[in-house]
Amino acid sequence: MSTLHTILTVLLVAPLIGSIIAGLFGRQIGRKGAHSVTIAAVALSTVLAAWVFALFVIQGHEPYNASLYTWMISDGIKFEIGYLIDSLSATMMLVVTFVSLMVHIYTIGYMDHDADYPPENPYYQRFFSYISLFTFSMLSLVMANNFLQLFFGWEAVGLVSYLLIGFYMKRESAIQANLKAFLVNRVGDFGFVLGIAIVVMYFGTLDYQTFFNGLDAHKDDVIDFGWGPVSMITAATLLLFVGAMGKSAQMPLHVWLPESMEGPTPISALIHAATMVTAGIFMVARLSPAYELSEVALSVVLLVGAITAFMMGLLGIVQNDIKRVVAYSTLSQLGYMTAALGVSAYAAGMFHVITHAFFKALLFLAAGSVIIAMHHDQDIRNMGGLKKYMPITYWTMLIGSLALIGFPGFSGFFSKDSIIMATEASEQFGAGFAHLLLVAGVFVTAFYTFRMFFLVFHAPESEYVRTHDIHESPKVVTVPLILLSIPAVLVGWPMIGPILSGSYFADSIFVLPEHDVLREIYEHHFHGALNMVIHGLFTLPVWLSFAGVALAWYMYIKNPALPARVQQACPVCYRILENGYGFDRFNEIVFVNGSRKLGEFFWKVIDQTIIDGWMVNGTANLVAVAARNWRQLQTGYLYHYAFVMIFGTLILLLWALW
Amino acid sequence: MTVGYPILSTLIWLPIIAGVIVLFAGRNNPRLAKWLSLATVIVTFLLSLPLWFAFDRTTAAMQFVEKLDWIPAYNIQYFLGVDGLSMPLVLLTTFTQVLVIASAWEVIKERVEQYMGAFLIMQGLMTGVFVALDAVLFYVFWEALLIPMFIVIGKWGGPRRVYATIKFFLYTFFGSVFMLVSFLYMYYQSGSFSILDFHTLPLGMTAQILIFLAFLIAFAVKIPMFPVHTWLPDAHVEAPTAGSVVLAAIMLKMGGYGFVRFSLPITPDASMQLDWLVIVLSLIAIVYIGFVALVQHDMKKLVAYSSISHMGFVTLGMFVLYDILQNTGTLQGAQLGMEGAMVQMISHGFISGAMFLAIGVLYDRLHTREISAYGGVVNVMPWFGFFAVLFAMGNVGLPGTSGFVGEFMVILSSFKANPWYGILAAFTLIIGAAYTLWMVKRVIFGDIRNEAVAKMEDLNKREFAIMTALAVAVIALGVYPYPLMDVMHASVEHLIQQAFTSKL
Repeated sequence: MSTLHTILTVLLVAPLIGSIIAGLFGRQIGRKGAHSVTIAAVALSTVLAAWVFALFVIQGHEPYNASLYTWMISDGIKFEIGYLIDSLSATMMLVVTFVSLMVHIYTIGYMDHDADYPPENPYYQRFFSYISLFTFSMLSLVMANNFLQLFFGWEAVGLVSYLLIGFYMKRESAIQANLKAFLVNRVGDFGFVLGIAIVVMYFGTLDYQTFFNGLDAHKDDVIDFGWGPVSMITAATLLLFVGAMGKSAQMPLHVWLPESMEGPTPISALIHAATMVTAGIFMVARLSPAYELSEVALSVVLLVGAITAFMMGLLGIVQNDIKRVVAYSTLSQLGYMTAALGVSAYAAGMFHVITHAFFKALLFLAAGSVIIAMHHDQDIRNMGGLKKYMPITYWTMLIGSLALIGFPGFSGFFSKDSIIMATEASEQFGAGFAHLLLVAGVFVTAFYTFRMFFLVFHAPESEYVRTHDIHESPKVVTVPLILLSIPAVLVGWPMIGPILSGSYFADSIFVLPEHDVLREIYEHHFHGALNMVIHGLFTLPVWLSFAGVALAWYMYIKNPALPARVQQACPVCYRILENGYGFDRFNEIVFVNGSRKLGEFFWKVIDQTIIDGWMVNGTANLVAVAARNWRQLQTGYLYHYAFVMIFGTLILLLWALW
Repeated sequence: MTVGYPILSTLIWLPIIAGVIVLFAGRNNPRLAKWLSLATVIVTFLLSLPLWFAFDRTTAAMQFVEKLDWIPAYNIQYFLGVDGLSMPLVLLTTFTQVLVIASAWEVIKERVEQYMGAFLIMQGLMTGVFVALDAVLFYVFWEALLIPMFIVIGKWGGPRRVYATIKFFLYTFFGSVFMLVSFLYMYYQSGSFSILDFHTLPLGMTAQILIFLAFLIAFAVKIPMFPVHTWLPDAHVEAPTAGSVVLAAIMLKMGGYGFVRFSLPITPDASMQLDWLVIVLSLIAIVYIGFVALVQHDMKKLVAYSSISHMGFVTLGMFVLYDILQNTGTLQGAQLGMEGAMVQMISHGFISGAMFLAIGVLYDRLHTREISAYGGVVNVMPWFGFFAVLFAMGNVGLPGTSGFVGEFMVILSSFKANPWYGILAAFTLIIGAAYTLWMVKRVIFGDIRNEAVAKMEDLNKREFAIMTALAVAVIALGVYPYPLMDVMHASVEHLIQQAFTSKL
């Protein structure tokens, strides 16, 4: 076994071991033991991931594709667990382990006291066990070299997400939210599994590489669902994308993500912003050779992404819970990434995944820092003027916000601008419409982000702030914030060139030459990162983001009476936004109640009345009634019986002789 | 293949003889009855292990064969043997029985010796069903099994136990009568009761169809399939915990085993002709029963319906092979479905057994199975909560648990037969998660609901050990199913070959 193989295995398994120790022996090793062992394990993984990153991304090592063990063999198909390490997975591994490490450290401060649990409850150890388990699951997802393992990781992160959303398991809202998250994700998985089934049916493999190699031979294959043949590749990619829509919360499967905020803030940062929710984007990028072959699938991906980006952004405007604002912004940003995939700008989508992982984790953790200071009050209307009490949180959150709105020079600027330019340059069906939505979305993003920012830090101090002792969070909280703000600012600069030229993901992402909009931008419009920043200052998106900030400042600082007036001017608009376009109500009525009614009908009417009542017990009653009558035949006279016996024997004999 | 002792006979008769001894020696001495029973099941389990280790994985032929004349006048033999289809089921039986005996330890207080004796005798009879290769012998085990189960439910059962036992008895008895007639017919045709001779017996289409239907009735009742499933929820609800475990983990598998041992090899042409019937009923089981499970108020009923739904995967996986050939022109995928069905049976043995044991743990404390009586159990029983969520995830078919393996394989293969089979089967991903996790939410999570729940105590050592054994089994099979598949390959390939060999 090669050194590389061993290193990958250690990198993958270390968090799992940490998780098992903290989870099963939490009481024995205590709090300190639990966080030490899990942090040490994740730190080890991070260092190794950095090494792997250097090897594959910087030195350009050949992709490493190898099996770890054979899960099973059936029907000649090998189901394996293994690694495919290239620039795509190596980058994700570093992002995942680094953000996870920051979150681990941060958690020491955040979970120190908890209103829901008495101090002797090992909730603290359990939490560390879960986030380490998550890290393992996410790593196995991104390192996979086949669909089986992808699905393993996919479901495992879903499980941990389920456990963590419901972490405060006494709260009805939390356990409602985690059930919802699991079920909505399962709707996505339904499509995902069927997509895998098509792959197995036509390619006879679960291995990525074999699948890619077979694409050329099967690209014109058709599949018949009963209404006539459709392109097999389109069907497979669309079904797989349904899985991505669940995990990456694209409309209409987005409904679980806002409610996932019931979980503690560190996991909102790690799972529901930085890593897990980007798994869908990662999967499509990983399968780019297949998506490239279906124009229909690409257009669907593009439109779903663009509509999510815009419509979810609008919802961010009316939220008052600090975490929900950030959650809706995550939904909207995931829409941007998805839209990038739809115009074959997979690299730009992944680029946004990376920058977003840093700045969104930063934003969430900063929001968590605010929440700690506010003693777990999350309503931004109760805040205000926090700037002077918590300077580190203030500055780091400002960095995160600027990155989010795409302020020139910050990481988010580079990635978001590449996506917007890509939709502009693309000739994909729907690209014009998508471009419009994404550009408008920039304004919305800037507005809701700075609405929150101003209300929290700059608005006049609320009653609560004035009467309570508000102070900056401890070092275990602020140090991760500082460490995360570094990549949130810088990471765009070195990456933008290689991303646009296509050299960054050259070994992992495949784009047809006629789809390659990023390359086109690179060749015709790109003259270095600095130039891009300067040029950006004269483009519409950047001006729209400035306008959004300015409007937020005007409405919430300069003229705070205005929002209420706007609300009164169009109460219907407000209601629509407040109810999130009615998705929840619709699901509740149609799917939740509908299923229950259907179940009741099947059970009460078919099972109990028809099968049991009429058929089973009915037969029994019939026998009883018949017996009552036939009883009369049993006269007790011997000659009656003898007659019947002889008669019967005669009939039998006749039948036998026939 | 030999291991120094007649292993299959030992596995049948050791528990039966020990059971009889327990019945007599344990009277007025429950302690002795318990320890003797526990010793028996543990020794039997250990004695069954050579089946796994000495098993020849390269052949589909029967192994560990024992053959003696029994009633020479009718050419009835005492003929035992296992292949890759039955061997795992025998091990499942010996493994589960250890947990079953342990689960009743403090719970059963009256007539302990009869209770234990009944389960030991049942164990021998169940093993007999899986290893008998003579149809009469098989039939004797099959029917005799009804008696101890009838007694267990009828004596230690719940308030409506009489209704449930009679329903259970009549249903299964009704089913097996037709099977007996088929056996007799084939005996007159072949002059032998050997099941292996039945496999090679040429049969006309009409005969095959009638025999196929007779088998279908017998096995559909047992497994059970829609619409002959309604006895199962009633039987489960009234049965004591150990009875439910045996019923769900082992006895349902006898139906699935029947399809692969009798229906497919004996009536291949009729199977090809009537496969649609089994497939339609399987899909109804998966989808329709899923909805029924969703609205149950009683935990045992919910898990009982969930069992029916999961058994739908077994029958689906076994019968998609003909459509695969028709739809794709190759047999690629048939083995996947068949092995998926077999794995699903083993996995369901672990998971449903675990679910019923978990419900038993709750029942022992609060004496109710109503979902609404619970809430927030994890607050007072954290270890129990851990295991319950683990097994629930197995029931949901989460990758990494055994529940995933069979479901995944059957979905993949049924999709090949017809995309819509795959789509309907995959629906279980949603509905299975809905009914299982909704129950988990209402029972395990949440705030402590009432005084009674607040006083519940976490698992004791005995319960902890039982749960751990099952958890290890569920995870081991989910993470590394390779060895189990390896045992089955040769036999499954042979079976598929038989299923495509026309007898006309």
